[in-house]
Amino acid sequence: MKKLTQRIDRERLLLGIAAPLLAIVAAIIVTTLVILATGKNPGDAFSDMVTYGTASDSQVYILNKATTYYLAGVAVAIGFRMNLFNIGVDGQYRIAAFFAAVLGGALTTPGWISIPLIILCAMGTGALWAAIAGILKVTRGVSEVISTIMLNSIATAIIAYLLQPGKLAELQSGGTVVSTKPLPKDSYFFSFDTGPAGELWGFIVIAVLVGIAYWFVLGRTRFGFDLRTVGQSESAASASGVSVKKMVATSMVISGAVAGLIGMPTLLNDSHQFSNDFPSGIGFTGIAIALLGRNHPVGIALGALLWGFLERTTNHLEFQGYDKEILGVIQGVIVLCVVIAYEVVRRYGLRRQQQRVGAELAAQAAAPTQKQEVA
Amino acid sequence: MANRDIDITVAAGTVHALCGENGAGKSTLMKILYGMQQPDEGTITVSGERVVLNNPADAIARGIGMVHQHFMLADNLTVLENVVLGAEKLHGIGAGARARIKEISEAYGLNVRPDVLLEQLGVADRQRVEILKVLYRGAKTLILDEPTAVLVPQEVDALFDNLRELKAEGLTVIFISHKLGEVLSVADEITVIRRGTTVGTVDPRHTTSKQLAELMVGSELPTPETEESTVTDVPMLKVSGLHLSQTDLDGVERIILDEIGFTIHKGEVLGIAGVEGNGQSELVEAIVGIREPDAGSITLDGTDISRVPTRRRREAGVGYIPEDRHRHGLLLEAPLWENRILGHVTEKPNSRGRLLDIRGARADTERIIQAYDVRTPGIEVTAASLSGGNQQKLIVGREMSHAPKLLIAAHPTRGVDVGAQAAIWDHIREARREGLAVLLISADLDELIGLSDTLRVMYRGRLVADADPATITPEELGSAMTGAASGHLEHAENDEDGAR
Repeated sequence: MKKLTQRIDRERLLLGIAAPLLAIVAAIIVTTLVILATGKNPGDAFSDMVTYGTASDSQVYILNKATTYYLAGVAVAIGFRMNLFNIGVDGQYRIAAFFAAVLGGALTTPGWISIPLIILCAMGTGALWAAIAGILKVTRGVSEVISTIMLNSIATAIIAYLLQPGKLAELQSGGTVVSTKPLPKDSYFFSFDTGPAGELWGFIVIAVLVGIAYWFVLGRTRFGFDLRTVGQSESAASASGVSVKKMVATSMVISGAVAGLIGMPTLLNDSHQFSNDFPSGIGFTGIAIALLGRNHPVGIALGALLWGFLERTTNHLEFQGYDKEILGVIQGVIVLCVVIAYEVVRRYGLRRQQQRVGAELAAQAAAPTQKQEVA
Repeated sequence: MANRDIDITVAAGTVHALCGENGAGKSTLMKILYGMQQPDEGTITVSGERVVLNNPADAIARGIGMVHQHFMLADNLTVLENVVLGAEKLHGIGAGARARIKEISEAYGLNVRPDVLLEQLGVADRQRVEILKVLYRGAKTLILDEPTAVLVPQEVDALFDNLRELKAEGLTVIFISHKLGEVLSVADEITVIRRGTTVGTVDPRHTTSKQLAELMVGSELPTPETEESTVTDVPMLKVSGLHLSQTDLDGVERIILDEIGFTIHKGEVLGIAGVEGNGQSELVEAIVGIREPDAGSITLDGTDISRVPTRRRREAGVGYIPEDRHRHGLLLEAPLWENRILGHVTEKPNSRGRLLDIRGARADTERIIQAYDVRTPGIEVTAASLSGGNQQKLIVGREMSHAPKLLIAAHPTRGVDVGAQAAIWDHIREARREGLAVLLISADLDELIGLSDTLRVMYRGRLVADADPATITPEELGSAMTGAASGHLEHAENDEDGAR
């Protein structure tokens, strides 16, 4: 019996890896064709990507980028596990980063007080912003897709209104950049010095902790089980005593709180202020990464690293005379292939498992006395 | 579910029944015949011609049609629209189609009115629409999957008349059923499938239901007889004045539950008979706490639970075998051990404090699989890959593992093979001896009469009649279920005497 379960397990694992691998291979093929179509040599492009992408300064850059992307992926994945499509991660992290930056600029307390306060402020703001969509969904039945898209626009408008000199922002010395009051040196998050390769953001530690917490809460706690139950079957969840509405609202809030963290690596480790060039659109990147990583904590990490790698290396390709749109092509193809490959592999896996169960039962029936040895 | 060495020959112009346990491979065989699944080996021959059926369209082109167990009809369309949907090219969607529908309806005595909205039709009428749909597409061979599961005895007779009509016109019917009595009465030939292979074809004129059952399971036909009564006078569940109404889209208030009141004592099985859709599901959902009634109280073992959330009710000892196990009882894509946790996540051995006890849950899943004879290669496979009977045994095992005070069993043996059915009945009986109160809802009247200590009939949201299971016959119960009789039903030579 033991052997049997192990075999099915290993096959599940293989199938799990098959889908993203398939998607990446397909993306490489499509990219090759695109580069060929532009009359360039794809082999050179790929070898350039590999050599440049593995250089030590690139490694640090990729890890820093991946920290942000990882948090975005987890924020989206929490919603996905509940069957909630939180498109609003984008608005949630921007408005959270903005208010956290305002608070951070105003604080004069020592770092060990201000840094936790800034992070909590970001998580709280993100959670509140997401809660609006959650409450609308459970009380009025408003689709979270629609409400979060709109809340994204509202967040943009609010930030644009408040990010003006005289409101919550000031004109920087150069005279071209408007930003919140910069954080005092004391409120900078620690970073690892890697010598000439640059600085590795310390926030990567928080990202890893978030990943562990995500894995633990979902897989090992009653709350996580309830959450997954609702995601898999709302009807079964309510029959088994989970309050679906409460769960929807709660997970939306948690998703928003994690979304609040997305802007923190940039704010605390890099820019130290919220200006009108603060990175935007990472919420949408998070959707792609959560899909790529299959909502799995390790999968999301790999997805985030891949995204960082692609960004780093295709930027460099531009200097080598390749078209800069290649990045968009590769990313788009990967996401598309991932969605298709997952569905194909999922159906194949399910059918295959049913066949195996049937075959094994038939074998057991044929030799009922040797149940243990069969298979 | 695997099929191997299946040999079946269906003669044109006959009703051919297919019997077998669930998980025996009937559904797989049907899927192959209807082109939904491809066989690894073997051939299918239709009217002397070898065919390859890659999808249902191929099957339809060869004159094979399927009436599914769960109807595939749109409520908000008329009968005509439902019939032509997807087959607009045949006779258009207007007068031509209407004429053809009427023609078919008259030819086979189906009595279908093309312009009625589907939502106004009862289950039996819907089934006839499904049959007509298949005939409209030119089917010469009809596959009917468990067609009698949702019908009362009178409706079953009407259906069988229709089938004889079809046969008389030269059509071929393949009829799948668990109910041996029905199979014997309607079929010209019966093929039995066991563990994925055909074990024999018999002539119903020279076969008894006992012999047929032995062929199916290799053992005697189980009967749902209860032995001596175990009913005590300690009330376990008391429901009084339960009322539920719902306002539909047109603003019309529909009363779903009307002044429902009953008491189930320790060691008592209360059976509720009724045609589906008369409020049984809603009653169950109100007791479990999924649906909030407008008025009335529910008392479990002396504690009022009318306003208590579902999870607390289940912790308090309400076991629940849901009517639709795929929707309410299982997480189909989750492994068996996670399904063992479902519904009891706050209880031992599934959790300690706020954390899951995965090791405990897994060990207990192994125990349930052993004790309840769930046939599976292991606890890591998904619930979806088990056959219906084994899924149900897992659910029964799970619910019984938490020492329930009250077991709500809605159609506990629906779509379950004869062997598993006997096992489930045994478990219910055993628990009843130990003082469990059971609310049993079933469309299988033999099961209801055989297991229950007390019988009630539900009709349009009301408990309209009660009967003594020791004397009542399925036919008498059936007529009360259609609203023809009420009050206390007495067994009598003349049915009318039963009505008051």
